[in-house]
Amino acid sequence: MGLSDSFFGQKFGITEQDLDAYLSEALSAGGEYADLYFEYLATSSISIDESIVKSAVQGVSLGVGVRVISGERTGYAYSDDLSPEKIRKAARVAACIANGPSKVQKTGFEESRRRDLYPILTAPSEASLADRVELVKRADRAARAADSRVFQVQASFADNLRQVLVATSEGVLSFDRQPLARMGVAVLARSGDGPPQRGYSGGGGRLGLEFFEQEKTPEYFARESVRQAVVQLDAIPAPAGEMTVVLGPGWPGILLHEAVGHGLEADFNRKKVSAFSDRIGQQVASPLCTVVDDGTIRNRRGSLNVDDEGAPTQQNVLIEKGVLRGYLVDKLSSRLLRSSSTGSGRRESYQCIPMPRMTNTFMMAGDADPEDIIRSTPRGLYCANFGGGQVDITSGNFVFSAAESYLIEDGHITRPVRGATLIGNGPEALKYVSQVGHDLQLDEGIGICGKAGQSVPVGVGIPTIKIDRMTVGGTAG
Amino acid sequence: MIDPELAQQAVRLALEDGATDAECTLAEGDEFSAVVRMRSLEKLIDAGSRSAGLRVLIGQRAGSSYTSDLSHEGIRKMVESALAVAQIATDDPYAGLPDAADLGAIPGDLQLYSNDLDAIDTAARIRAALETEEAAFAADSRITNSDGASFSAGARARVFANSRGFAGAYRYTSCSLSTTPVARQGDSMERDYWFSSARSHSKLETPSAIGRRAAERTVRRLGSRKVPTQKVPVIFDPLTARSLIANIFEAVEGDAIYRNASFLAGKVGERVASQHVTIIDDGTIPGLFGTSPFDDEGVPSRRTVVIDRGLLQSYLLNTYTARKLGLRTTGNAARGVTGNAGVGHGNFYLENGPRSPEELIRGVRQGLYVTELIGQGVNIVTGDYSRGAAGLWIENGEFAYPVSEITIASTLQRMLLDLEAPASDLEFRGSVAAPTLLIGEMTVSGQ
Repeated sequence: MGLSDSFFGQKFGITEQDLDAYLSEALSAGGEYADLYFEYLATSSISIDESIVKSAVQGVSLGVGVRVISGERTGYAYSDDLSPEKIRKAARVAACIANGPSKVQKTGFEESRRRDLYPILTAPSEASLADRVELVKRADRAARAADSRVFQVQASFADNLRQVLVATSEGVLSFDRQPLARMGVAVLARSGDGPPQRGYSGGGGRLGLEFFEQEKTPEYFARESVRQAVVQLDAIPAPAGEMTVVLGPGWPGILLHEAVGHGLEADFNRKKVSAFSDRIGQQVASPLCTVVDDGTIRNRRGSLNVDDEGAPTQQNVLIEKGVLRGYLVDKLSSRLLRSSSTGSGRRESYQCIPMPRMTNTFMMAGDADPEDIIRSTPRGLYCANFGGGQVDITSGNFVFSAAESYLIEDGHITRPVRGATLIGNGPEALKYVSQVGHDLQLDEGIGICGKAGQSVPVGVGIPTIKIDRMTVGGTAG
Repeated sequence: MIDPELAQQAVRLALEDGATDAECTLAEGDEFSAVVRMRSLEKLIDAGSRSAGLRVLIGQRAGSSYTSDLSHEGIRKMVESALAVAQIATDDPYAGLPDAADLGAIPGDLQLYSNDLDAIDTAARIRAALETEEAAFAADSRITNSDGASFSAGARARVFANSRGFAGAYRYTSCSLSTTPVARQGDSMERDYWFSSARSHSKLETPSAIGRRAAERTVRRLGSRKVPTQKVPVIFDPLTARSLIANIFEAVEGDAIYRNASFLAGKVGERVASQHVTIIDDGTIPGLFGTSPFDDEGVPSRRTVVIDRGLLQSYLLNTYTARKLGLRTTGNAARGVTGNAGVGHGNFYLENGPRSPEELIRGVRQGLYVTELIGQGVNIVTGDYSRGAAGLWIENGEFAYPVSEITIASTLQRMLLDLEAPASDLEFRGSVAAPTLLIGEMTVSGQ
């Protein structure tokens, strides 16, 4: 497919001559590199609440961002109008970052290698609204039927279809069509006069509607959400202090995202403000730990055919057998660090400058039996599910909140606890990993990562692991 | 500015095409940002964008849409789109626009817009950021690195019209100056930040004051330790107190209340906090970030006493949540440009107490002074509270050493009742504000 057959060629008549002219304008003041990011985003969301479809929203946004790099400097401007005058004006504004005569000679475009990690014929947003409404109605019915203690149900289905065109002064031209869908079910349950407890479950990815109709159904998410709320009805306050923590498989991989992922983003390391700066080759985790960031897994929420700078995504080994191997690198950092991009340049929208970001971050499976991991723990906390997390990349301290956790007593999972927050230090925490299970799971597909005000979809994954020492912040002594 | 007439046109088009009611929001904004790092310019962003959103009702069914294309064609498609999604909604007996009697705007100049930013050219903006970073470097030799300094400014406009005859518009500006120094001492590396933000350039703190304060906040974290797990009094500095007060907002907004998803649901008239706690929402104070002439449904902003000396007085409501609760809107509707309105706040703050923050610290024999909170460990439904924290350990009324990698935990119910004293240092750095706060006891979890 050439530019003339692409979405932007077809719908807006954009030609290589146009792209060339805009890039020349962007480099007219002497910058060394420029790129254009065209984005058309169609979104829709439908939600049911109190068994009423109260809210349905759909819309479109369109724009182009122009970036100019000159040494360590970045100039950026954007326009929500694709008329040549407006794009040229944005290019001139972005060009202001540089100061000198134009020096870049550009010769033609070469299209990026094409692949298709999300071959979806019909994206949800291209299917009928009625089909999507049926999904949320099914979730509502299933959650209410699952347990009589459920008294509030909210279910939502949100999807978007992003069309992207990236053109760079180095001659890279890439197009991508990026569907994304997510279903979520939130419930409140109450037992007698006791306090209400909430449950949440959701998932999705770069998938068509049939995934929700056949694989992970509204009933699946509804039942899981109800199960989580009901577990909490009997929960006791979380313990406080240092103890052994066992993480269950899947979404608890958010530990890796916070503890190591952010700290390995190249911008922080180039500036030497990360707790992981200058530590390549050092032992930062137990030899049982191998952590990768992989943007190439089919249909995953964090996957991309090309990143938002036109570079193909890849599998990047961050930590190999406990040794720090590499960073996540975007275009700017690759120029300044004289290394290559790892396909990690991402942005929230055309209004944002790309940054190094994660895609799907997970730990490779080990060989321990998950049941043995629990059995060999005399006392500790088992975390099956988490809410969100956050990290201070400079000190390396991170936290994350357990949404579903249990005490481990004498090698058995016993009582559920509520309100547990785990806190640790990135370069230290994984040194205490003493067992890694063979049950690697990726999460259901609900992750949103925020950095410097920009949100992007990500995935995480982990097998069952045991961490011998970690601080748990509850209220019980 | 964007043509306000466009919103009324969209409403008229929607009514012609079959909507029984409609409301349209237009938003327009310019953003500028200059980021410097290690004494040289790193990033310059200068751009603007516009968007429009429409919500229609067909009887009791609501549908919404938005677009970034404000041409006639774009608006027409937006109208079609909203009507199409309304077809798939279900009748909601409580859906609807505000009663005509509730609509309106506060008269007079709310000092939301200042043109003094126009006089500050790009070179001066970059210079201000450079001076701020430099002031941090100059303040302490342990500041050896920087995560940058930035000057940002924005000018925005918002237009709202509905089919009950409301049409209004307002412009607002903002600017801010901030820096994030990085300090190192032995193996310990820490960063912190300080900022100033205001609606006009003349109200910003000086680069040297911001840089100095950022440096102080950063170096005092160096060499931090973990402390043993224990129950002690905890003092929140004004920035962390602000995030605690934001949690209280989530617990009094109408959406959480009618769903029974807040620990404060059903508690109006009851004592929910100590007598030292008075929390107010006021969207009418001139010049502040939470001020607007009308809310996002066209209801005038107002002042609402939420908690009066410990007694819960009022929830914060939009039209929908008010109808669900059999009450009247408090002018707290909030949304982007489209969708059903949610509930937002004006200037939501906890009132000053009589004593200075230094007096509160002097009164603590052994305890924690919190300067940073991380993570999301707050459950509004149950009130459970457990967050990552960093700060300074207090011994015999004085700061002894920095602490980090700890959590603080309690429940919001207990924290409100254990709130022994707000200090007298309330300042509005955003739309949520609180003075320094002393909570009698929380669990600090460390070693």
